[in-house]
Amino acid sequence: MGKNVSALCVGLIFGFGLGLSQMVNPEKIIGFFNLSDAWDPSLAFVMIGALAISFIAFRYIPKIKKPLFSNNFEIPEGKIINTKLILGAIIFGVGWGISGFCPGPAISSISYGYFETIIFVGSMIMGALLGKIIINNFWKEKT
Amino acid sequence: MENFTPISSLSGGAIIGLAVAIFLYTHGRPAGVSGILIGLFTWQKRDYAWRIIFFIGLILGTLIYRLSFGFDETISMYESPILLIISGLLVGLGTAFSGGCTSGHGVCGISRLSPRSIIATGIFILAALITVTITLRV
Repeated sequence: MGKNVSALCVGLIFGFGLGLSQMVNPEKIIGFFNLSDAWDPSLAFVMIGALAISFIAFRYIPKIKKPLFSNNFEIPEGKIINTKLILGAIIFGVGWGISGFCPGPAISSISYGYFETIIFVGSMIMGALLGKIIINNFWKEKT
Repeated sequence: MENFTPISSLSGGAIIGLAVAIFLYTHGRPAGVSGILIGLFTWQKRDYAWRIIFFIGLILGTLIYRLSFGFDETISMYESPILLIISGLLVGLGTAFSGGCTSGHGVCGISRLSPRSIIATGIFILAALITVTITLRV
């Protein structure tokens, strides 16, 4: 119960932040990667704002005994830089550059009610499922 | 730089950071959107509800913003449906392989100074930069 309530609250706050920062608008993302006179540095400022808070959170919160609604912290400890990480980041970056959508803003943009965002999110879910199937069945690599 | 919105970007970013902090305190894990999505495909029923509820919150949170402050703002997409499908497939596949997206690697991972996340973020930003530079000139 607590887990679900906190997931809802976190989702609401996250979604509000994506709206306020306008990261939900693909035009803002394309504007950041378009190094011209019309360059829009907003994305970098969103990252700075988010990192300022989450940096402190990741410093101090994992020092408590256990999370409020879970028995232990599940923070990835992997350090190995493998092909899967690098290839995945390239594929994601190309996809991000084509539309200006990354997963969080894509899902939250459904609130605008455009059919295009549904097409994108549907394809993204299919792509993630495909990736998970490939990893589980054909591509086991140490992480 | 006529489209630059420093104040709403910084404050919106800080609100996202707050969401990350609350999630870490309550769930004990990074609030990476692609990670929360891909967790659905481990087919563990007991682990389902909160993920779906998080996505509903994400959509409603942006809706609340629109209805309270951003009613005159809209979003623009230029792509044909085919390009949106290709882009969606690549984003899904790529984040599954690399184990994170802008929130998971870019915010949570960099906060932990994780070498994997720092490298992944550098690479996907560079790949997006090259892609946009090419597509805007074709």
